[in-house]
Amino acid sequence: MFDLDKFQEIWITITHNKSRSVMTAFGIFWGMFMLVAMVGAGVALERGISSQIEGFATNSCFIWTNPTSMPYKGFRKGRFWNMENKDLQILKSTIPEIQYMAPMIFAGNTNNNVTRNDKAGSYHIKGNFPAYNQIDNQKLIFGRYINDVDIAEKRKVCVIGERVYEVLFPHGENPIGKSIQVKSIYFQVIGVTRSNANINIGGDSMESVVLPFSTMQQVFNMGNSIHFMAMTAQPGVKVSEVEKKVYAALKTANNISPDDSTAVGGMNMEDQFTMFLYLGIGIASLIWIVGLGTLLAGAVGVSNIMLVTVRERTREIGIRRALGATPRVIVSQILTESVVLTLMAGTAGLMFGVGILSLAGKLLENSTGIIKDPQIGFGVGAGALLILLIIGTLAGFIPANRAMKIKPIEAIREE
Amino acid sequence: MIKLSGINKTYYTEATSLHVLKGIDLHIEPGDYVSIMGASGSGKSTLLNILGMLDNYDTGDYYLNNILMKDLSERQAAKYRNEMIGFVFQSFNLINFKNALENVALPLYYRKISRKKRNIIAMEYLDKMGLKDWAYHLPSEMSGGQKQRVAIARAIISGPKVLLADEPTGALDSKTTEEVMQLLTELNKSGITTIIVTHEKSVAEATKKVIHIKDGMIETIESNSKHLNS
Ligand SMILES: Nc1ncnc2c1ncn2[C@@H]1O[C@H](COP(=O)(O)OP(=O)(O)OP(=O)(O)O)[C@@H](O)[C@H]1O
Ligand SMILES: [Mg+2]
Repeated sequence: MFDLDKFQEIWITITHNKSRSVMTAFGIFWGMFMLVAMVGAGVALERGISSQIEGFATNSCFIWTNPTSMPYKGFRKGRFWNMENKDLQILKSTIPEIQYMAPMIFAGNTNNNVTRNDKAGSYHIKGNFPAYNQIDNQKLIFGRYINDVDIAEKRKVCVIGERVYEVLFPHGENPIGKSIQVKSIYFQVIGVTRSNANINIGGDSMESVVLPFSTMQQVFNMGNSIHFMAMTAQPGVKVSEVEKKVYAALKTANNISPDDSTAVGGMNMEDQFTMFLYLGIGIASLIWIVGLGTLLAGAVGVSNIMLVTVRERTREIGIRRALGATPRVIVSQILTESVVLTLMAGTAGLMFGVGILSLAGKLLENSTGIIKDPQIGFGVGAGALLILLIIGTLAGFIPANRAMKIKPIEAIREE
Repeated sequence: MIKLSGINKTYYTEATSLHVLKGIDLHIEPGDYVSIMGASGSGKSTLLNILGMLDNYDTGDYYLNNILMKDLSERQAAKYRNEMIGFVFQSFNLINFKNALENVALPLYYRKISRKKRNIIAMEYLDKMGLKDWAYHLPSEMSGGQKQRVAIARAIISGPKVLLADEPTGALDSKTTEEVMQLLTELNKSGITTIIVTHEKSVAEATKKVIHIKDGMIETIESNSKHLNS
């Protein structure tokens, strides 16, 4: 029930005692501002972190090789080994839970290994399968990614990172169909990628030249070696399960002890996502605990100051009582004052906080760091206001009770 | 209008008790104009506060307008105060952050009269007091006499049957005292039962009856010859 007249009466009391009102409400303003700022920062941190792995399929895992750590079947411990093309066939035929499999090979970014006419740069060279695009989704700003025909025909084509394009080509030139030299061998550019994620396999993809896997093995004499493997699990299958089976199959196929825990290296996105999820929940709950604590401290402040003001206002309240205000009217007045002050200060804090956040958002717009786009949701704002309403009522409770007990006679008695 | 019989009031403090009113019997007719005099500490304010239901009494009966005012809840007391009684105090007791108009209108707020309506009525009363031009001034910007006239306007705006004034001229000089007394006399003539606690002879002389209190008892009730003659 909204009573305009009562509200006006309270409004007069609040506005005619400005400094008292501001003093009372400042704690809430500050608490709300802190809450908003922290939630915004937390959201930014979460967004920043998740943008690090943006584009990666959540059901993907990555596998590489390490020297063996146990002797097995006559092989000594510490043997270097590589996955090979035959392993692809074995995995494909024995583990149906694998959805996509993308073997990779790398050649380092040796001095000016990529050139075009008079321009040159040192870039990572990678041999990839088309399936890689299904695992780490590539944003193409020109052309297309490697396809099956490129692999089958061992075409001399390449997909280059955006930075490679910027260095080798004049601004705005369409690079598709143009040739560049990788380690003195000509390749035709079929696409340019821009990376979304900050996780890079085999070097920054913005500074990489990607060749068809088969072409790379052949022209650079790399035999059947595979340096790295990315794969995804079929929908509904946990990638960690698939990962275990792949480890076992690789060990059997390459004469490695089943108990060797380090020879096959890897990580899976499931674990990463779970970690980020828990990290996010942790950060969020910490923020809410601290933020609500600050707000609560603000509420205690409101309650305290109002308690003091009620004592100062004994005479005013006594006069009101003498003129016909019932104790209930006085209680309702003090409670409403508390709620109105709290809501106003809280809203001001909320708006100030949102303003600061959007300013920070503008400043961080182009950042690739782990803090990105600080914002708070509408729901958070609405929730905070609801909390304020409750806090305001609670804060007004003790002062209102004190005010109710003021007897007109005590207040009016001449000193 | 007012009938007191055997009113006793004792104040209890931690160590001692003080028997302030010792069996007050009093009858005040509608439209009476009464002053109460007595030494400091004799219980004048206590009596007036009981009449105004600002304080309660221990034993005895108090009838106001034929209604027994006994063991009232805070709520009932507030209602009766608002409807039947107007207060005027020595220190004015205006609300300092409200302007004259808002102060005068306040009793009507507690009667749930709309803001617009009560401001119109309050302005009429201020006009009657000759304070129309001061409607939007804060109490701190007014003289003692002006403040007391605002307080009187506030006391009568809700049309009370009884006006209770505790040393209304105690803080005023003799000229303003005279003005305020003229005002109260006029109000009494319009029919409001008026009871004034005072130390000043000139004030008591303006009323029709003077009640002398001593040590919590009514000593004498004297009728002012001046008024009897007139
Ligand atoms: N709340 C109280 N508790 C204890 N004693 C009180 C209380 N109120 C008044 N008294 C005492 O009761 C006595 C009468 O007080 P009261 O205010 O009625 O006197 P008064 O006649 O109005 O005096 P004055 O002329 O000085 O105003 C005084 O002695 C006073 O100290
Ligand atoms: Mg007194």
